[in-house]
Amino acid sequence: MVSFILNEREINTEAAAGSSLLDFIRRHERLVGTKSGCREGDCGACTVLEGRLKNGRIEYRSIVSCLSPLGNAHGKHIVTIEGINCRELSPAQKAIADNGGTQCGFCTPGFVMSLTAFSLQNQPPLPARAIEAMSGNICRCTGYKSIERAAETISEIIRDKNLDNPLGWLVSRGFLPSYFTSIPERLAAIDPPAQTDATGSTVIAGGTDILVQKPDETSESDTLLLFDDKELKEIRLTNDRIIIGASVTASGIMNSQLLKTKIPRLYEYFRLISSEPVRNMGTIGGNICNASPIADLVIFFMALDAHIDIKDPNKEGERSIPLKDLYRGYKELDLHEGEIVKQLHFRATKADLLFNFEKVSKRRMLDIASVNSAMSARLTKGILQDVRLTMGGVAPVPLFLDKCSSFLNGRRPGVETILECNQVLQEEISPISDIRGSKEYKRLLARQLLAAHFTVLFPEYTKSGNLIERLLQDEKH
Amino acid sequence: MSACYRMKNIDSISHVRGESLYVDDIPETGGTLHAVVFPSPSAHGVIKRLDTSHATNLRGVQAVLTAPDIPGENQIGGVIPDEPLFAEDKVEFIGQPVALIVASDEATARKARKLIHIEIEELEPITDARHAFEKSMFLSPPQTFSSGDIKKALEECEYVFEGNCESGGQEHMYIEGQASYAYPGEKGSIRIVSSTQGPTHVQKTAAAVLGLPMHLIEVDVNRLGGGFGGKEDQATAYACMAALAVVKLNKPVKLVLHRLDDMMMTGKRHPYSADFKIGLSADLRILAYQARLYQNGGAAADLSPAILDRSLFHSTNAYYIPNTQVTAYSCKTNLPPNTAFRGFGGPQGMFVIESAIARAAHELGTEARTIQEKNFLRNGDLFQYGQKATGASIKKCYRIASKEFRVSELASEIRTFNKKNRVQKKGMAMMPVCFGISFTNKQMNQARALVHIYQDGSVGVSTGAVEMGQGVNTKIVQVVAKALSIDPARIKIETTNTTRVSNTSPTAASSGADLNGKAAEIACSRLVSRLKNAVAKKLGTKSSDVTIGEKGVMLNGKPAGILWEEAVKDAYRERVCLSEQGHYATPGVEFDKSIAKGQPFAYHVYGVAFVTVIVDCLRGTYTVESVNIAHDFGSSMNPEIDLGQVEGALMQGIGWMTMEELAWDKNGRYLSNSLSTYKVPDIYSAPLEVNCTPLPSRGHRKAILRSKAIGEPPLMYGIGTYFALQNAITAFNPSYRPDFNAPLTPEKVLMRLYSRHS
Repeated sequence: MVSFILNEREINTEAAAGSSLLDFIRRHERLVGTKSGCREGDCGACTVLEGRLKNGRIEYRSIVSCLSPLGNAHGKHIVTIEGINCRELSPAQKAIADNGGTQCGFCTPGFVMSLTAFSLQNQPPLPARAIEAMSGNICRCTGYKSIERAAETISEIIRDKNLDNPLGWLVSRGFLPSYFTSIPERLAAIDPPAQTDATGSTVIAGGTDILVQKPDETSESDTLLLFDDKELKEIRLTNDRIIIGASVTASGIMNSQLLKTKIPRLYEYFRLISSEPVRNMGTIGGNICNASPIADLVIFFMALDAHIDIKDPNKEGERSIPLKDLYRGYKELDLHEGEIVKQLHFRATKADLLFNFEKVSKRRMLDIASVNSAMSARLTKGILQDVRLTMGGVAPVPLFLDKCSSFLNGRRPGVETILECNQVLQEEISPISDIRGSKEYKRLLARQLLAAHFTVLFPEYTKSGNLIERLLQDEKH
Repeated sequence: MSACYRMKNIDSISHVRGESLYVDDIPETGGTLHAVVFPSPSAHGVIKRLDTSHATNLRGVQAVLTAPDIPGENQIGGVIPDEPLFAEDKVEFIGQPVALIVASDEATARKARKLIHIEIEELEPITDARHAFEKSMFLSPPQTFSSGDIKKALEECEYVFEGNCESGGQEHMYIEGQASYAYPGEKGSIRIVSSTQGPTHVQKTAAAVLGLPMHLIEVDVNRLGGGFGGKEDQATAYACMAALAVVKLNKPVKLVLHRLDDMMMTGKRHPYSADFKIGLSADLRILAYQARLYQNGGAAADLSPAILDRSLFHSTNAYYIPNTQVTAYSCKTNLPPNTAFRGFGGPQGMFVIESAIARAAHELGTEARTIQEKNFLRNGDLFQYGQKATGASIKKCYRIASKEFRVSELASEIRTFNKKNRVQKKGMAMMPVCFGISFTNKQMNQARALVHIYQDGSVGVSTGAVEMGQGVNTKIVQVVAKALSIDPARIKIETTNTTRVSNTSPTAASSGADLNGKAAEIACSRLVSRLKNAVAKKLGTKSSDVTIGEKGVMLNGKPAGILWEEAVKDAYRERVCLSEQGHYATPGVEFDKSIAKGQPFAYHVYGVAFVTVIVDCLRGTYTVESVNIAHDFGSSMNPEIDLGQVEGALMQGIGWMTMEELAWDKNGRYLSNSLSTYKVPDIYSAPLEVNCTPLPSRGHRKAILRSKAIGEPPLMYGIGTYFALQNAITAFNPSYRPDFNAPLTPEKVLMRLYSRHS
């Protein structure tokens, strides 16, 4: 039984926990304002809000309902476009209509929900943040300039938001109908989901990969839902190690104050990863276990020497391995039947640890990388130490560049080092041609991203020596 | 200026409230069945065996329909009868419909699809247009446009340059996929609700497939969640399949394609390959232009021959070239039949001439702009198809854009920037556009509108136009409000329905508002004159002394104390007909295909865009910084809607030139088959700045309310992005010799930034 509040109404349904929330909304409840565009989280036409209680307060965010397993709605408030309609247009609706931000209208409810999510969140009231909220919405008609204008309008209005009583303020300004104010109380009354037997189940966290890959099968199988497992949801600092639970979402990482203090450019890096609604769903555990060779989070955290703790929920004990040792071959994991990844952890970075993440894809945002890469290192008296370099899209697995990392340790960062390291790099990688690019391109891009790490992390060392000229002349790529 | 000049799209409010209805949103009637298409898994082969028995026996499956189930013709080809609804003995592309599974729900139908077994004797697939050309695989005869004496001219030119170029296809990526919902009616009639740009095409084809007269098929279209040409012809197959299932099962049947099926099965913008030769005088006048275009048509003709023609019509873009010879071949390949896409072959034709100019400029060490501006069309110049250029405002657009956007300063700022920066480079390019308005098939330049004035003074309007986001319904409200002098709130636009407005042309060729708006205008003017006569009779005066409208009846300019609704009611009592049908046929358009000469276009739309890009030469990524446009809107009847068309079309053009890349493997399997592998622009892909200044103009009388057609022309401004990127690459890597192979993806950019020479 899945119990939640859909707009104003309480739902108790026996529909399959692994079926898609979108199908429940459209087919079961006939709420057709939520549109089905692509069923892979790439167009945002099915965007809805998900509200959940956290420490007595309600937090809302946008999700793509096509990839959200129905079971993950348990105990939450799911809001579709019908659930925000008041007699007058809300400021988000009005901003889009007034700025000419709707043409065929099919994508529009999704944009409205994303803008509404922005207004609900405790974000800086900047147009750039309003636009980021719509990073998962594709519009094929407008060319987006009118939607940017709507984003400006909304961020202007949101500036006045009463942060002590945001819901009350939003209701009073017509962003939301008044029933919203009673939702926290109503959610608190919903019992937690009944424990299910985990054996032989399809394990689902955020659903953002599995509901793309096999939606029909997932909707018919027994499911083990991990997304709201409290034990897996925390980011904490223990004994000098930062621990990230497997069900922490990409957004959870991106907005973590703890992580921000350790990785100052965290927000900018994570903007390159998927889109806001998908980041609100996709978990680090899911990204690790999906084992894509270009898994952004894996590339990111391997370079921070992350380890993972693995356990079997039906057995005692757990084991810990370096993340880089998890991958044995294409989509082949060192994970036994019944085991799940519990958490990831890494040493809290010291102030002198330098870190950079690079990602290049056909479309800059909301795309899968052609090549991605992360590098961490220390520079002591001009000498590189503790170098950890990772790269995705260049091997059957997300690759820890062991040889390059060793090669760089003890060297000076500079143009010669980059070019020599590239020779090692080209030996260490084995890209293939696919939809993300030809192998020749990936080899060239691998070199370029290596160079990019250096220009970002050690600008003073790469300024001289004509890096670009040398790259233009270099034969090895 | 009309009072509704600033009118919002009339659908805005229901759109933002999620209350606008699309095919899949219509409440389902009891017993509705759901259908899924079984596609060919092979790009080319002979069907040896097709076993649908396991699928048929699956619980919940009602029927699996194949070619023998078709009561009429197994034929849906619109221009040339070369496309079966269901493959019969051979398959010619992966995704070609072979069977339709009809079941109680979609999941069951999908499950049944996996149980169909097909055995195919594989034949070699062809995916490349030039390869098809070598094998003489054509969809239609080649077509040549020419003027002057190309041979002589080429001999006399000071400079002659040649080269080749490629432009890729493009997914329409309407966010609402192909969808239809068909219901059984009485006496063998069928009602089809379809997401189509061409209701009559659906009606006519379904009638032929089902072996029924057209009057038994009613097609109704409320609105489309995007079309862009992709639903001009290609909605038809799926509407026919749903209707076929209705005939067989006598139950309502819905067929909504899953995105992956839609992308695999439907045709796209045609990829083109071309060879060009351009000849210039010493002072850079283009004296000769010779080209061969190879159109990748896919496995059936669809609209390819007409698209081929438009590539030729626009092969000289906005330039006057006295000696031309351009030949185009529509090549048959084993890909889904390619189809209409905003621009309809025009963009592909223009990309070739722009490539030729870029090649000449590079070889001569000058800027393309120098050549472009020297060769702009002037009034009185003849297009190669014989039409005389009138209202040729291209030079004016260029001058306005140059001044308004400080183009010379911008160019010098870019030069300075490029001198100072090693890792980042900027590039700018100018893209002029001249686009002809009218269907080049004369018979399609007609439309009808049916206007009812109800007894309470409210007005219902039906036309042949299909609303797909372009705002045609809003424009028709404006036309009717103006013609009847009433408040737009009194007017409702009805669905597009073949029983109310028959024999419609598809809403395409940027002509929807012109044709249907003019028809509505004609209907309204007759209604006004009847109402005036009725009022005059009642007041005992001449009808020329009265006016009628929102302010009621005016007698010699003074209120006569009769409200609009009273006048309407009076007229009804006097048995005046309050309904009228208007018929419009564009005057003066004529084209003789056999000699490739005539006056095919009612008018041309002109404009100029300057595109500026910045390239990260370390990573190969780039951003469009600005697009500055001077556009000839005529006298825009709705600047907000028209600007929306400019911005939206531009973005599609930029997408086509940059990130939108189709990919097939050698077996004809589509690799870019989803939104995760085929990238359309997102909000971060939009140019940082788009400025659009209207050319001051009184407009054109053949344009509705003198407001020129707007749907397609701005798409081609996006072509400038290719050349701007190319200029940035050249600034970084002088040994790169410009080549022409769109789209210029980050991959291609990086490879060119570091290429030694090509």
